[in-house]
Amino acid sequence: MRDFVISLRSIIILWIVTVVIYPVLILAIGQVGFSDQANGSLITNNEGKVVGSAIIGQTFTSEQYFWSRPSSVSYSEGSDASPTGISGASNLAPDNPELLSRIETEAQRLDNEGVKPIADLLYASGSGLDPHISPAAARVQIERIANRRQISPSEIEQLVQQYTEGRFLGIFGEPGVNVLRLNLALDNIS
Amino acid sequence: MLQGFFQIVLFMVILVAIAPLFGRYMAIVFLGQKTWLDPVITPIERLILNGSGVLSAKSMTGRQYIQAVLISNLMMMVFVLAIFLLQNRLPLNPTELNAPSWDLALHTVISFTTNTDQQHYSGETTYSYFSQMGGLGFLMFTSAATGIAVAIAFIRGLTGKPLGNFYTDLIVSITRILLPISIVGAIALLIAGVPETLAGPAQITTLEGANQTIALGPVAHFEIIKQLGENGGGFFGINSAHPFENPNNFTNLLETIIMLVIPAGLIITYGILADNPKQGWLIFWMVFILYAILIFITAWGEFQGNPLVNNILGESQPNLEGKEVRFGPALTALWAVSTTGTMCGAVNGMHDSLMPTGGFATLSNLFLQIIWGGQGTGTAYLFVFLILTIFLTGLMVGRTPEFLGRKIEKREIVLASIILLVHPIAILIPAAIALAFPETLSGISNPGFHGISQVVYEYASAAANNGSGFEGLLDNTLWWNLSASFSLLAGRYIPIMALIFLADSVARKQPVPETTGTLRTDTPLFTTVTAGAIVILGALTFLPVLALGPVAEAFNLIPTL
Repeated sequence: MRDFVISLRSIIILWIVTVVIYPVLILAIGQVGFSDQANGSLITNNEGKVVGSAIIGQTFTSEQYFWSRPSSVSYSEGSDASPTGISGASNLAPDNPELLSRIETEAQRLDNEGVKPIADLLYASGSGLDPHISPAAARVQIERIANRRQISPSEIEQLVQQYTEGRFLGIFGEPGVNVLRLNLALDNIS
Repeated sequence: MLQGFFQIVLFMVILVAIAPLFGRYMAIVFLGQKTWLDPVITPIERLILNGSGVLSAKSMTGRQYIQAVLISNLMMMVFVLAIFLLQNRLPLNPTELNAPSWDLALHTVISFTTNTDQQHYSGETTYSYFSQMGGLGFLMFTSAATGIAVAIAFIRGLTGKPLGNFYTDLIVSITRILLPISIVGAIALLIAGVPETLAGPAQITTLEGANQTIALGPVAHFEIIKQLGENGGGFFGINSAHPFENPNNFTNLLETIIMLVIPAGLIITYGILADNPKQGWLIFWMVFILYAILIFITAWGEFQGNPLVNNILGESQPNLEGKEVRFGPALTALWAVSTTGTMCGAVNGMHDSLMPTGGFATLSNLFLQIIWGGQGTGTAYLFVFLILTIFLTGLMVGRTPEFLGRKIEKREIVLASIILLVHPIAILIPAAIALAFPETLSGISNPGFHGISQVVYEYASAAANNGSGFEGLLDNTLWWNLSASFSLLAGRYIPIMALIFLADSVARKQPVPETTGTLRTDTPLFTTVTAGAIVILGALTFLPVLALGPVAEAFNLIPTL
């Protein structure tokens, strides 16, 4: 009986500490001091309209944009994703025939478009929201976009470099090109 | 690939530098010594202790301690279950989610109270902000603190001291370890891009005109305790692969380190509390070596890539299925081995899509439970293995087994064996039942040998209180929710009871003075024998399953010769 009373009292007090005081403190710091990050790092276009989050990827299929990686959840777009938003991966095992046929089809499609298949353009991402492609995957798309937009490849190359996020401290992780920010920059020059 | 291995090596150097600092700090906390945080924490802590009615609480006996653990945990479960089932009537539910099914809610509550955080749901589509903050976020603190408290009681008992008071240790673990680190860590994550808001999802029109729904929420404060407490239950369905949980390589480094510091540091704490730091360091290095081997195996497999896909590509490229570009194969492999080793269970890439080498390494971690091990319990299991090894070697050389100056007798060995045996029972028996009904029960989503791994992994993850999964498994069913709950409970509370009884019984023994005839446990030779015992016991129990799962799968992947 004593245990029930002590448990109940400690649960109430620890709940107030960890569920009220602690999150409210972090919320206040976030909303006051770092409201951009705290609200999802949303970015706007030239007209000031919100077009996405700087750290969440989007689907790109048009010829004039850099394409993103395959996503199992269509980048949380469309009616399936509403109203909560979703995330997810294929969870296909390396020897699953479904994985192989999906990759084969995608490699064929890229080949037909004149884009050399790079691993990250074939393999679906972990989150289904990956904002990046590898620099190699961006490079093989430059020519297509230069032709379509009638800008010089070197200018695009420069933009790709500008929107490549390097390794942390030059060491940790892999460099990635932020596809949404790069495509937004493309729209802004032409 | 070389650069990838360099990242891993450098990470391990950082771990070896930081973990002992945490270990020493935790020792100071539980020895009741002064720290520079005292002026801030002591008044708050006294308020909490006083409010709970344990300000001047007495040390507990083994029976009282177990009773306190069970009753407090049970009450937490009931409390949070009520929050879940009433979530549609509670505030902070911007997407108007309904209450989850009773079996899913029950599984979630048990899973989070046992520090497992196995999730048969996606956070964004199932639980409201109130349920996540007020239910899951609360259990993340208390379940981690329960593990630490039990671990500290265990080492106190082994060294002949009173076990201490469960409630005091629970509260002190939160006020002096989990909460201060969480506050600092949450702010760091927030600055680096992890959201913290109560607003609902953002509706956006993309550059190509599609409607995108971006899930948001109070993530930063949740994320850090998820990692620090070895909880691992993601705010979002896809866990730390989600750019809002883990946006860049600063956050990834922080989250990887923070999930390792307590289990790795606690080994050093044990050495200090047992008044034999050398013993702590030897065990630390033993685990470190096993950990390094598994990381190497996993990373190597991912860098080799999928031979079937490499065939299509015409060249060898790393396996990136289920991985984020920013983390790449090296840091995903490092995380996978760290998260299964420490029983954190968070993921930054999908384990279901790892190469068979990764499946082998992650499953091995879940089977052995000591490659760092769970919050508190992992270090306790390491010392249980030491006791078993003393018994085995004692039999070989004909000496009375003694550990830390106390005799190891029948009762201790029986309790240690229970801890060892609960694990395979809670994994293999339900897995056998599920596999016997592949159509109705198993929920397998990948064909062939990998399907067996999916089922075994789910129960291993539950019994080891890990929480990661081969997530393709269709696990939100009545069978999976209830049978996994059985493994969760058996894998948590039976070993905890055995640990406390073991510590209690050792504490009551007369100390035996050390002589030249005493078998020393703090030598490299004895540590090597312990490593051998761990690997052999693990292999004897689980090798058949590993052979049917990842090993067979690996052979299956070799392109037709």
